[in-house]
Amino acid sequence: MGKVRGKSGILQRMGPLVGLILIVFILSMISSDFLTVGNIFNVLRQVSINALIAYGMTFVILTGGIDLSVGSIIALSSAFAAGMMASGTNSWLAIGIGVLSGTLMGTVNGVIIARGKVAPFIATLATMTIFRGFTLVYTEAKPITGLPDAFGIIGRGYLFEIPMPVIWMLVAFGVLYVILKFTSFGRHVYALGGNEEATRLSGINTNRVKILVYSISGLMASLSGIILTSRLNSAQPTAGTSYELDAIAAVVLGGTSLSGGKGWIVGTLIGAMIIGILDNGLNLLNVSSFYQQVVKGGVILLAVLLDRSKGK
Amino acid sequence: MTDLLSMEGIHKSFSGVKVLENVQFSLRQGEVHALMGENGAGKSTLMKILSGIYSKDAGSIQIQGTESAASSPKTAQALGVAIIHQELNMIPDLTISENMFLGREFKWGRTGFINWSKMAAEAKSYLQQLGMNLNPDSLVGELSVGQQQMVEIAKALSMHAKILVLDEPTAALTKREIEKLFQLITTLKTQGVGMIYISHRMEEIFQISDRITVLRDGRYIGTRDTNVTTMDELVQMMVGREIKERFPKVETKIGEERLRVERLAQDGKLYDINFSVRAGEILGIAGLMGSGRSELAKALFGVGKYQGKIFVNGKPVTIKGPAEAIKAGLALITEDRKGEGLVTDLSVRENLALPNLRTLSRLGFISHRLEQDFVEDSIQKLKVKVHHSGQEVSSLSGGNQQKVVIGKWLATQPNVLILDEPTRGVDIGAKREIYDLMNQLVQSGVSIVMISSELPEVLGMSDRILVMHEGRITGEFSRENATQETIMVAATGGKSHG
Repeated sequence: MGKVRGKSGILQRMGPLVGLILIVFILSMISSDFLTVGNIFNVLRQVSINALIAYGMTFVILTGGIDLSVGSIIALSSAFAAGMMASGTNSWLAIGIGVLSGTLMGTVNGVIIARGKVAPFIATLATMTIFRGFTLVYTEAKPITGLPDAFGIIGRGYLFEIPMPVIWMLVAFGVLYVILKFTSFGRHVYALGGNEEATRLSGINTNRVKILVYSISGLMASLSGIILTSRLNSAQPTAGTSYELDAIAAVVLGGTSLSGGKGWIVGTLIGAMIIGILDNGLNLLNVSSFYQQVVKGGVILLAVLLDRSKGK
Repeated sequence: MTDLLSMEGIHKSFSGVKVLENVQFSLRQGEVHALMGENGAGKSTLMKILSGIYSKDAGSIQIQGTESAASSPKTAQALGVAIIHQELNMIPDLTISENMFLGREFKWGRTGFINWSKMAAEAKSYLQQLGMNLNPDSLVGELSVGQQQMVEIAKALSMHAKILVLDEPTAALTKREIEKLFQLITTLKTQGVGMIYISHRMEEIFQISDRITVLRDGRYIGTRDTNVTTMDELVQMMVGREIKERFPKVETKIGEERLRVERLAQDGKLYDINFSVRAGEILGIAGLMGSGRSELAKALFGVGKYQGKIFVNGKPVTIKGPAEAIKAGLALITEDRKGEGLVTDLSVRENLALPNLRTLSRLGFISHRLEQDFVEDSIQKLKVKVHHSGQEVSSLSGGNQQKVVIGKWLATQPNVLILDEPTRGVDIGAKREIYDLMNQLVQSGVSIVMISSELPEVLGMSDRILVMHEGRITGEFSRENATQETIMVAATGGKSHG
């Protein structure tokens, strides 16, 4: 099922990939450090956090929504998990509860948006602030440390030389790709984003679909929060701040339409990689972090403008 | 006297596909010239060339004897060409005068500050010219569709339009508004404005036009004087084959009661609705726009809370939403195809499958094979003209889109099919196919509730006719006793029974 359709379908699909290859090519020309196995795994590890959030964001954006609260969900759910671990709870249980809490935070977003009929931007802007506030209350604005050593495997471990976060990124990609492409729920997501009224009149419970996509977004955010916490070996009260922006950027770079109904998760993975590689390459080239932001913003803008001109 | 407009030998291709081939069209001063043809015949392409949206590949366009092809909508405006589109281009949150003079506001000298009183006075004078007594300071969003259209025509006049293109102008108007529009067209004729009138509605074309030109498959078929031609001749010109009957109603065996509605009400919209439909029966529902017809259809489909009782196959059902309506054996084909019927970004396949995903899925996973078989089957049964099922549904013509909407519902195997304006914006050939399909369905024992604004359609296809007015049923007629007149009396509030 071609998710980015029409005559421009191929171009639109390949656009992000071509962009990615181009950036890789250019960076490998100007920096000999770039195309090394060590650096590539390093990049992928950095990409993984954003990619996981962006996967969930893809579901939300495909329905025509937006989720600004993901950064705060990361902070609060990992604070819960870390807090429990630090006080001696079984790690698996703590992780489970952390992820569950993040999923529920997403569910809250979904219920407010679907049942309360609040615009997604406003609803998640509010919960972004609320969840962040709870994080500060819960952590007393201090990092939570003293996590069990075994927990570090999730974010710092390796499986056959591959960093664990990269494994998580690929596994989640596979699962979500299948859900989006092969299940009726996935089809409902596209239909809802394309035309909510027609979808509802087709007997589909559109409120349920909405609540589910925000729950998925919360789930993915909390999963990335767990990995982040494991990597840092601590839960930071300010963790995830402004992560929603990189996630949205990845989705948009991947060719998913902000108005919903069009796009695919493969694009999101590519979009996340473009952002990650850009960050990494600019670092290798010793570009100051201030200019890095300018370049990153410029690339996003350029990509969207190119997409526009193709669509017309 | 030279013609106001003369288009000759117009050719146009899009990426190698000829859409107009040697087409001609002329318009005299003070004339209403109807342009007819099935969807895809090239009417709108021709009008887009006239208004400068497309450029012609070959041919000549003369306005009052001088070669003057518009190269953009802006130059078309300067040449005195104005189009009133089917979908109105008004900004609802601005006032009438703001809309009329958008981009051409009267200012105090070069200051950029708007001279409100002058603008209002100008707007008022143009409105009065058309016999309309509207306050130029009222918001466009508060006007009826008919009034908005009048404002748009006034706007065209304020730009000194000599050639006015009216694209399906009556599609969204009530009977009374249509009368008003026709009065206005008559006024404009006396002022020497030439009008190109595009419509699918034969009755109107015979009422209002002086000449009729027919296009078919991008070719010019012929021009007739309205007072010498007949509907049959025009239909034949349009479809290239003879359609003996416009409404091929077949007699069916009327069976058991399928749907019964008792004292159905919805706050402020519907009051005390009682009716029933039997297997094999087509129940027509007539009424003016805003009479509650579509609201009734939606209420039956679980949109909004209702009071009263609904029985399907004799059993009482509670319908809280579309999902329950579908379960109860109802299907609703709404009047607003793009807004409520189709997800236009999705393919033909995905649209057809949408309400049927449950039966096409195993454990939540869509079975590609089941879906493909189902879709191919539907496309074949409904004669949908597509290249392949992955084609975006928005690339189909109106008639084929409607077949997709019908197809997606037929697969739910409804007992009662509710059709709201089933042939709106559908060309004659596809209309006939939709009627044939309705016949097949009732013959197989389905009940059909058909809501329509086209009285000939209601009279031609229904076994029984209900008429609504202001949310109530004000008339019920058997097929034999119904006439346009008796229905109109009931639709405008006069009680009558046949």
